[in-house]
Amino acid sequence: MGTAALAVVPLAVLGVFFVLPVAGMVGRGFWTDGGFDPSASLEVLTRSRTHRVLWFTLWSSTVATLVTLALGLPLTFVLYRLRVPGRSAARAFVLMPFVLPTVVVGVAFRTLLTPSGPLGFLHLDGTAAAIIAAMVFFNLAVVVRTVGVLWENLDPRREQAAAALGASPWQVLRTVTLPALAPAIVASASIVFLFCATAFGLVLTLGGLRYATVETEIYLLTTQFLDLRAAAALSVLQLLVVTGLLYAAHVTRSRREHAVERADVRSTLRPARRTDLAAVSTAALALAFVATPIAALVVGSLRVGDGWGLDHYRALDGHEAGSTAALLVPVTEALSNSWRVAVDATTLAMVLGCLVAVLVSRRGRSRAERRGLAVLDGVFMLPLGVSAVTLGFGFLITLDRPPLDLRTSPLLVPIAQAMVALPLVVRTLTPVLRSIDPRQREAAESLGASPWRVLRTVDLPVVWRPLLAATGFAFAVSLGEFGATSFLARPEAPTMPVLIYELVSRPGADNYGMALAASVVLGLVTVVIMGLVERLRLGTAGAF
Amino acid sequence: MPTSRGLEVRDATVRFDRAVAVDDVTLSLDSGHVLAVLGPSGCGKSTLLRAIAGIEELTAGTVCFDGRDLAGVPTHKRGFALMFQDGQLFPHQSVAGNVGYALRVRGRSRSEQRVRVDELLDLVGLPGYGERMPATLSGGERQRVALARALAVRPRLLLLDEPLSALDRGLRERLAADLRGILAEAGTTAILVTHDQEEAFAVADRMAVMRAGRVVQSGSLSEVWRAPVDGEVASFLGYATVLRGGPARTVLAAGGAHGDGNGDAEVALRRSALRCADDGPLRGRVLEARATPEVTRLRVDVDGVGEVDAVAGQDADVSVGHDVRLMVDLTRAAVLS
Repeated sequence: MGTAALAVVPLAVLGVFFVLPVAGMVGRGFWTDGGFDPSASLEVLTRSRTHRVLWFTLWSSTVATLVTLALGLPLTFVLYRLRVPGRSAARAFVLMPFVLPTVVVGVAFRTLLTPSGPLGFLHLDGTAAAIIAAMVFFNLAVVVRTVGVLWENLDPRREQAAAALGASPWQVLRTVTLPALAPAIVASASIVFLFCATAFGLVLTLGGLRYATVETEIYLLTTQFLDLRAAAALSVLQLLVVTGLLYAAHVTRSRREHAVERADVRSTLRPARRTDLAAVSTAALALAFVATPIAALVVGSLRVGDGWGLDHYRALDGHEAGSTAALLVPVTEALSNSWRVAVDATTLAMVLGCLVAVLVSRRGRSRAERRGLAVLDGVFMLPLGVSAVTLGFGFLITLDRPPLDLRTSPLLVPIAQAMVALPLVVRTLTPVLRSIDPRQREAAESLGASPWRVLRTVDLPVVWRPLLAATGFAFAVSLGEFGATSFLARPEAPTMPVLIYELVSRPGADNYGMALAASVVLGLVTVVIMGLVERLRLGTAGAF
Repeated sequence: MPTSRGLEVRDATVRFDRAVAVDDVTLSLDSGHVLAVLGPSGCGKSTLLRAIAGIEELTAGTVCFDGRDLAGVPTHKRGFALMFQDGQLFPHQSVAGNVGYALRVRGRSRSEQRVRVDELLDLVGLPGYGERMPATLSGGERQRVALARALAVRPRLLLLDEPLSALDRGLRERLAADLRGILAEAGTTAILVTHDQEEAFAVADRMAVMRAGRVVQSGSLSEVWRAPVDGEVASFLGYATVLRGGPARTVLAAGGAHGDGNGDAEVALRRSALRCADDGPLRGRVLEARATPEVTRLRVDVDGVGEVDAVAGQDADVSVGHDVRLMVDLTRAAVLS
């Protein structure tokens, strides 16, 4: 019926632009000479290098997730529940790493930790700790954002009731606050884990040859060793593990997710007390942790030889002879490429994401319908779990002949990026839509509002802020996307991350300096956009 | 030949997977009347209401209004209005915005909206509340606003899902009386779903009792009240005690009913059906006595009957442990068929 009709469009898009390329890539590995022969591919799973890669992926992601939660939850508490000075600036600041392209984050950490860098004395350059630190840096925003939105709206009277019944602050936290936040914590933790486990740009720039995750290993096998069979086997393994994880997260979530009563009170903020000391210091630590690599990046970009200057920035437009001779296009042009691609990708991701979110947030009447919706929910999370490298390479080998010859289409890169951003959009919107009491819609409907009108007058007033946030996120993801884009961007039309990686990979202090300058510019653009979204969000609060 | 004006529900069944929530329900309600659907929680009464509203789909059966089958007519085109237990006001709209919602949806002019909203706020006793936000209202005020919102476009049928259950007792009684007055004044046809028989009696003029998805009895208030179909319905309607067999026969005989002596006699007693009287035919021992402003309520172990409720005038001299004599007032009892 209605549900099925709505589902057709996003499912078709996902089918053509996700399932088909991934299946093509995987098929390429499993079918040899026209016959199905998985044994050759499965051989890769017995290699000791593969075991090392798998083990590293698993433990580094686990540790990074735990550390992210340990730093992120106190930070969220301080930024969303305490009346501390500068909290809105701090909120925006914490989001910065997430919108920074992974390549930029990698470059920032390398600048910071390199033996001659500001923290070179720690000897962390090229270690697992550096990779994990970068993962935490990158993902802190996921926790703060996901949990913060819920925490901000949590009615403090329930905590006050528990305190009045004799619960200590710690007991209140454990018995009232954390259970109420559990859906958001579980959701953010599973997203963080997925991001860590499929991190590509970070590990590629920081790991060197010593450390590889499944994702970088797939890249290496595909591009360096042309071992498609092994790459396909790893892709399938990754897909299976991630699907399992997503399923586990879904089970936990659906058990916990329910209509959240929003606080009626105007503000849930309270002044800091002495008991908040531990939380406040952890938050300060987290903020410093976020600030340091960014500072190192900016400072590094201004360093010219032994002095200071804007030379690296001036070199970006390509007019200065010599410095850009090796680059096919100037950085400024890459920036405008990135911008155009991001606009297309965001539009696509938002249209699809809204459709999917509206769909999966419905409560099915029958068990079959509920199961169908749950499967749909999971299916659209799949891009989170599939290596962007697999996706990118899959695009190349499946969308290269009629009727879908997109090799030269300017939409190739935006479509791939939209697939990467889609799960994020869906995950941002769905919990909010689910938190609306369905009887609100029923009341509106019974008063004569058409389904469209219900959407506009009941859902939109609640969901428009997350909608803006999701748009910003999708835009940032697109600007920073590297895994799939590195395969798909044509050499004469690279995006910023692709160009930055190219600069980093080249020898010479000038190239590295330009990479830093380009990183700062790209970071600045994304941060400004996110800042605008945030501003818009705050500025019009309560207009409905 | 459904020519009647009003609501006509025929053989309605709603099934969720294998569970039957509404089981072959047939109901009719003439326009201008208020029907209370009374039943314990989980009996399917809310589902029935939602099926009439068009929110749940019928697995079988029909819902007609003014002779027209509503199958395939979406909720928003039925011209009904639904009011929930907790109001479900739109939190981001002011009181006036909420009350005027249905008017805006229908594209009425701003001036008409303003006039009607003021009129409705007067009607529900909240004049001047238009600019307030729902979050600043008390529970009772919210329900009044929800009622005003539901009445805004004079719905053909008003569907009330436990509209007063969330309120405290005093407020509930006051609002029930108001609700009845407002519905009568507007001549609104309404269905009220509730588990509270007092709410039903206070607001409705017809009643249907539901149990396990089925309507077990329906009729005018007094028909249902005077002759409950069985003991369970009687208990649910607020009868204090249901007696069967020997004890029932004893009470009936004491009340002067010419019993035919068959074994399955059943009688439902209100508390005041047994009253202390020196010349009463029944005798029992007082187990509890509690004074209330009007009467003294007793718990008495009656010979040949067992433990039952009874009342005594405040001047009567009763105390726990003493014997009393009781007379039976059968106008305060229902003989069950």
